[in-house]
Amino acid sequence: MQGKVKFIQGNEVCVEAALYAGLEFFAGYPITPSTEIAEAMSARLPQIGGRFLQMEDEISSICAIIGASLTGRKAMTATSGPGFSLMQEALGYAVMTEIPCVIVDVQRGGPSTGLPTHVGQGDVNQARYGTHGDHAIVALTASNHQDMFAITVEAFNIAETFRTPVILLFDEVTGHMREKVVIPEKGEISLVERLRTSVESGVDYHPYLPREDGRLPMSDFGGVHRYNVTGLYHDMWGFPSDDPKIVYGLIRHLMDKIQNYTGNMTFFRQDHIEDAHTVLVSYGAAARSARHLVENRRKRGERLGLLELQTLWPFPGDVVRKVCKNADYIVVVELNTGQVIREVKLAVDRPERVYLANRIDGQLISPTDIQNILRLLHGKGV
Amino acid sequence: MSVKDYIRERFFPHMWCPGCGHGVVLNAMIRAVESLGMSKNEIVMVSGIGCSARISGYVDFHSMHTIHGRALAFATGIKMSRPELNVIVPMGDGDALAIGGNHFLHAARRNIEMTAIVMNNRIYGMTGGQFSPLSGYAAAASTAPYGNIDHGFDIAKLSEAAGATFVARTTTYHVHELSRLIRDAILHEGFSVLEVLTQCPTYFGRYNRAGDAPEMMETYKNRTVAVGSEKKNQDPDLIERGVFVKKELPEYCREYEKVIEKNQQKQT
Amino acid sequence: MEKCRLVFSGSGGQGIITAAILLAEAAVLHEGLNAVQSQSYGAQARGGAARSDVIIWDKPVYYPKVVQPNVLVCLTQTAYNKYHPTIRPGGLLITDTALVKVDKSAEARLAQLAFQDQVKQEMGNTRGLNICVLGAVAALTQIVSTPSLESAVAGRFDERFREANLKALHMGIALGSQRSSASV
Repeated sequence: MQGKVKFIQGNEVCVEAALYAGLEFFAGYPITPSTEIAEAMSARLPQIGGRFLQMEDEISSICAIIGASLTGRKAMTATSGPGFSLMQEALGYAVMTEIPCVIVDVQRGGPSTGLPTHVGQGDVNQARYGTHGDHAIVALTASNHQDMFAITVEAFNIAETFRTPVILLFDEVTGHMREKVVIPEKGEISLVERLRTSVESGVDYHPYLPREDGRLPMSDFGGVHRYNVTGLYHDMWGFPSDDPKIVYGLIRHLMDKIQNYTGNMTFFRQDHIEDAHTVLVSYGAAARSARHLVENRRKRGERLGLLELQTLWPFPGDVVRKVCKNADYIVVVELNTGQVIREVKLAVDRPERVYLANRIDGQLISPTDIQNILRLLHGKGV
Repeated sequence: MSVKDYIRERFFPHMWCPGCGHGVVLNAMIRAVESLGMSKNEIVMVSGIGCSARISGYVDFHSMHTIHGRALAFATGIKMSRPELNVIVPMGDGDALAIGGNHFLHAARRNIEMTAIVMNNRIYGMTGGQFSPLSGYAAAASTAPYGNIDHGFDIAKLSEAAGATFVARTTTYHVHELSRLIRDAILHEGFSVLEVLTQCPTYFGRYNRAGDAPEMMETYKNRTVAVGSEKKNQDPDLIERGVFVKKELPEYCREYEKVIEKNQQKQT
Repeated sequence: MEKCRLVFSGSGGQGIITAAILLAEAAVLHEGLNAVQSQSYGAQARGGAARSDVIIWDKPVYYPKVVQPNVLVCLTQTAYNKYHPTIRPGGLLITDTALVKVDKSAEARLAQLAFQDQVKQEMGNTRGLNICVLGAVAALTQIVSTPSLESAVAGRFDERFREANLKALHMGIALGSQRSSASV
């Protein structure tokens, strides 16, 4: 890969990637361990003519980016668990009104104030189910800086393509860690720009009438088309409606536009799967430890494989089932009491093969921790 | 253009109760916009949740009906993104000052150019008449069956203290003044707050034996005075109407434009 | 090359995290190596315990934490007491003579150097302590070259502080070289 080499924190990688993707607007509120994102944005955005807002809380931060996005700018906010909790209502508003935006959650230990400076992966289910009501959601993650860059750009691409909020679930370890990243040249990663309506001024524009392919061309708020946006169930003009046909059509559209395209937004890495009798399934910081172990044990001939998930929601069940098909042991490595493992058990045949290797004490699980669990599983004792 | 050109006729009749003051605010707002000769395309109306919030659906502007209390936060994003737009934010008293109180304070503190219209009917109407932070001590409400022990805010004083650079108050009885003040608030280059006392005969009026809509408007006529009036000294319970604050201070979006001008190009 | 695992430990405000970052940055940006730097810290910005882990290798580094360091730098007694048992047998322990009393045995080479005294004496304050330590670490381990370090240090500080920090760096390199040529 051509481009500028940098040695920076994961949080800064996320900033560089967002700007690469065309971000023009950021609003946020300081919270550990995500604050470096806001700090870097405050410096970088005015340099490119973009806008940075430090709001009074996380609620107003997400509201501001939704407003800005509606006017036609790619927009993002960043937070951690407590702030992500505050954002849930407005997240649902973005789902309902189909306004693209990106929300970064640099996870720390929870619940509540929890462990501000220590790692956790306990927000996976919150990302999926945090806002009320049935809805589909997209949540992505990554374990190293180069992938973090690519996946952040992808988050914007998905947000624009499907007119949906996209959540980036990073964590304290990857957010604060420094390692090499190559900033790709312009054009190296393709970008999706907003699909704008071709309906001309003076002609009736239906903001919520999907095209045949399900996509909804937008008209920048403040532009030539005046329309209504509401978090209520609404008709093709965006006007409130409780007509059962309209309600059914809208909820079906909101679910289908994500779930039917799961394949288009599934990102993962697989290593040494072919002959693996034990497959580790992991993501984010935990996947670094899993990969460390897999690479080390492979050298000693142990048949370990790794499936690293980068898309957590919509859960790529098909991929997990295929990759784990021949494994005797499927070990999910994560930093919570077992969130992704539930999805893995639902996805695979013979779920009795699925085990959890976790840490829930604010520390990154180590390769040795995983190895000890594997030894027990394989009947070798510690 | 006529008044009808500014409304979305197909969504009428509106959903407000007979006698509700909100329609008067809608009417005065449209007249204010008309008198300014503004294009409908340059106006964005952002509202939250409640009876007042439905006003955004009836006007033929860019309209965004958001979530409870957060209208100013959405509006801040829109205005910062497109400072050339005129942003009007109609809110109810509960919407603006209970759930949205913090956003209200901070929007005022930033002095971001937008027009906040607080339609103060002293009650939560949409949910059926619970007391609001403006109901006031001893008011009756469905959640204050023994009389309210919460004290009310003074919206004008609160706005001034928070940093709003235009603060005014009027009522739905004083329709010409209402229209003129909306106009002045829109023209003001900074965060402007207009409190409009607006009657809710269905809940506040009924619970508090304040009479029907005409009687409540009669009260607005008799119990309010122009700001600075001698009558207020004799009868301190009278409510003042008019402009309380009008000053020029740096406006937020313009300040940010300066930050951009100074730092653009200096790419690292 | 051997995988090099370093732990810099001390208290918040000493600048050890900056020293760790600069070492790793020199390795990545100027030596073409891989490095991962991470840190653990508490709520205090000043005075609390501070620790930064650096792993430098010519192959990809996945697990970013250091369990057993080859090189352990301790700049407070608390840090020394806490971390000295973790040092890898045959590793290198670097301490400051004025800040740490080494009173436990370890199967490691020991470099007790007078960073603080010398920085204070030659620069009038202790602000360059971290960069001085960085110089010594590099000289003792030979993991990155002097020009690479100079570039990293020069790139980090603006003009007002650049000269002073480069001076502190060379002071540390000299301290480390003397020590390393002596039998350890």
